[in-house]
Amino acid sequence: MRDLTDRALSTATTRGASYADVRIVHRIDESITVKSGRVEGVASGESEGFGVRVLVDGAWGFASSHRLEPAEIDRVAAEAVRIARASATALRHRVRLDDRPAVQGRFETPVVEDPFKVSLETKIEALLAADQAASAVRGIAFTETIYAAQRDHTIFASSDGSTTDQTITHVGSGIETNAIEGDEHQRRSYPDAGGGWQSAGYEYIRDLELADHAEELSEEAVALLTAPQCPSGRMTIVLDPSQLYLQVHESCGHPTELDRVFGTEASYAGTSFLTTDKLESGFRYGSDLIDIVADATAPGGLGTFGWDDEGVPAQAVPLIKEGILVGYLSSRETAPRIGRQSGGAMRADGWNRIPLIRMTNINLLPKPGMSLDEIVQDTDDGLYLRSNRSWSIDDRRLNFQFATEVAYEIKGGKKGRMFKNPTYTGITYEFWRSCDAVGDERSYVMLGTPNCGKGEPGQTGHVGHAVPGARFRNVQVGVGKW
Amino acid sequence: MSEPKDGAGWLNLGEQVLDLAAAAGASQAEVVIEADDAALTRFANSEIHQNVAESNARLSLRFVAGQRIGVAATGRFDNDGLRAVVEAAGAIARNVAPNDDFVSLPGPGLRPIPDLPAGWSSATAEATPELRADGARAVIARADEAGVTAYGSFATTTETITVANSLGIRASAGRTWSQLITVSMGPDGGSGYAESAAVDATTIDAAALGAEASERARAMANPVAVDAGDYPVVLDTYAVVDVMDMLGYLGFSALAVQEGRSFVEVGRRVGTDLVTIRDDATDPAGLPMAFDYEGVEKQRVELLNAGVCAGVVYDAQTAAREGRRSTGHGLPAPNPYGPFPLNMVMDAGAASREELIGGLGRGLLITRFHYTNPVHPKLAIVTGMTRDGTFLVEDGKIVGPVRNLRFTQSYLDALAGVSAVSAERRCLKGFLGGVVVPSVRIDGWTFTGTTEH
Repeated sequence: MRDLTDRALSTATTRGASYADVRIVHRIDESITVKSGRVEGVASGESEGFGVRVLVDGAWGFASSHRLEPAEIDRVAAEAVRIARASATALRHRVRLDDRPAVQGRFETPVVEDPFKVSLETKIEALLAADQAASAVRGIAFTETIYAAQRDHTIFASSDGSTTDQTITHVGSGIETNAIEGDEHQRRSYPDAGGGWQSAGYEYIRDLELADHAEELSEEAVALLTAPQCPSGRMTIVLDPSQLYLQVHESCGHPTELDRVFGTEASYAGTSFLTTDKLESGFRYGSDLIDIVADATAPGGLGTFGWDDEGVPAQAVPLIKEGILVGYLSSRETAPRIGRQSGGAMRADGWNRIPLIRMTNINLLPKPGMSLDEIVQDTDDGLYLRSNRSWSIDDRRLNFQFATEVAYEIKGGKKGRMFKNPTYTGITYEFWRSCDAVGDERSYVMLGTPNCGKGEPGQTGHVGHAVPGARFRNVQVGVGKW
Repeated sequence: MSEPKDGAGWLNLGEQVLDLAAAAGASQAEVVIEADDAALTRFANSEIHQNVAESNARLSLRFVAGQRIGVAATGRFDNDGLRAVVEAAGAIARNVAPNDDFVSLPGPGLRPIPDLPAGWSSATAEATPELRADGARAVIARADEAGVTAYGSFATTTETITVANSLGIRASAGRTWSQLITVSMGPDGGSGYAESAAVDATTIDAAALGAEASERARAMANPVAVDAGDYPVVLDTYAVVDVMDMLGYLGFSALAVQEGRSFVEVGRRVGTDLVTIRDDATDPAGLPMAFDYEGVEKQRVELLNAGVCAGVVYDAQTAAREGRRSTGHGLPAPNPYGPFPLNMVMDAGAASREELIGGLGRGLLITRFHYTNPVHPKLAIVTGMTRDGTFLVEDGKIVGPVRNLRFTQSYLDALAGVSAVSAERRCLKGFLGGVVVPSVRIDGWTFTGTTEH
């Protein structure tokens, strides 16, 4: 492949690129869906292609193709240069990249049991066992149990001398069970909505033990049909990791993306309230308990790699320290604008997409002191919210609203009856400032989001979130008319 | 073999794969090939900052052995690649548990699928980076004149979709689409939006869109806070698309009905007489497509007729469950999500924009929604934010801009509150396809929160 990457870089620079990089990506994937006790779909896929990114006269161009042939390499590299020249006709600031030492190396996700070598029969048997156990509960309308795996082999080379070779494997699985009666539709899922995901092998799937949770999930879904409606008002909430990870994703991960801060996502996903003046002034984002780090080295995370798609080494970048904004997710283009070097957060969804600033593993660090159970015991009156059902946040990442699948009443330090259709809402920094307890290592768990959308044309990112549970005071709960 | 250049070539390749599948023991087989040339020029801070192009093709084989089904996909079209994809799909089918719900792949219709020349534009197929840069510069120029900053994108795409199956379906068609979206942002906290989608990229008036977004951004300068609560609203076309898409996702699918999670019951009234929605992929006002991803000719399907539920869309699987034929709304296999109405069209009304706003009393004019998500699917309760143009209306007149608001609203209740529909409609890009929508006035909309901008 090195002859092809060399050819792409040579063609691009010969035609006028001051900088060029090329990625050749070979992706294999597999998915299985079981619905209501029967195998609904099994698919495998293979995709290979390359993308060439160039800077010409300070402007970006990118072209890509699935035809991995020398003549096509020449055509695509030349097309990228032509596109960059078109970009230069509407340019006000020339792009400058931070200076970095060239890197060379290999990285591979540690895998104990290769998911692509485990027999299909074994995988389907595990899904059917879980799905059939969930379906067997009286009152269940339908169930869905999924498994998926993806492996990307990426060869990266840049005109400033970096070459990396990475093989990254992601796996995920989960069960969802639905009870419906009249206009009421209740759902429960495990390990969280959309399944649990990690960079790992099939050992992670085995450890989930889906079947062991299926019956209890379905019983809860049916019980929720007749549970009382979640009350409205300002109250204390304790978030289970299965909800807290998405709160981190939406209200810390996205707003700390430096491209959003600089407006380059404004026409699609929006901007960010965390403007760079807030970095300089030491903006209080949350309470003293809040330490959030973007850690691309965390074991098992969907955002774990050796180098990002600009050849910048994986690193742990503090974003929030003791509640204060201290950093951003950044790239070689954006970091110099705040006087820093890239934090290594440029990631592309395959060969046919440019790298964008994406979350790596955005982790809320645990605090020694109380386990999640002990936080509940320490709570006199409140709600315990588990498993995300709905999410929404404004275009500057301030006003959010989440729904969870279930709320458990907390009275006198004990979890009690369930409420259905719980929702909560707030303003990001007010919410994080109201946090007065963060769980310790005992509830700290790595979860993942395999469907994070960003960019035009659209890209689907796989990002990780390690979180414990946490408690928040005086939160508006129970939104809307029911 | 070398990669085909046109639909006939892709069909020929598809037939080769069907032959290989039959030789490998498939009782039925289906090949879907999607070949795309897509490009997108993106601008922000009034300059082009991202500019991309891709050439891609993907073949997917559905291999059926009795009621055992395997799907495999590849981007390799040499002999080894084709043999490998047949082997992969066949291996899945041999090892998977039977799906006793599967009846058959669809057969060909009673007539050949007609061509839809309205779905193709040579100008879009031949669009250059320079054409897209021209569009971006036209938007930026209007923003400069208005003293605001331009953000947006201009996309041009050519797709060739080919479907062949062992029951005789042979379908291949090229289609094009283009889309320009722009957000203008002013120095005083105002932002405005404009968008257009079309088969022919050269019919998109970039300067006009730039002017529309810029004027809206200027009008939004220094927005004031209003309290959350119930307000009558006028939803501009950009917001109506969200209502259509969400109802399509939550209810207008046969699978949603069969699983008991849809609000649709044929004959049930959910909207006022003014609400008529159909899916019509042949409407030249939209982004036409002749057939679905199972090679079935697209049928016009009435979804809501004068406010009353009239039907849902089907793919082969959901149709077989009810002993009927697919309406041509299948998505690529395997598809646990079921059929989807990709080309929804809402009937125009008689009202002018002034009449819509004039009938509001005290209410809000909403340009678009942001980040909407169902809170309760069966009741179609959705939450989301307003964005890029929210105005207070008093006594039927726009009195000024307001800060964005969060809503938590049943979209079904919204349909029941439609009191006027505009005569003018736009073609916009929806969740998955092209949507043709008017603006509407709705008597009540529940806003549940506020934000700082």
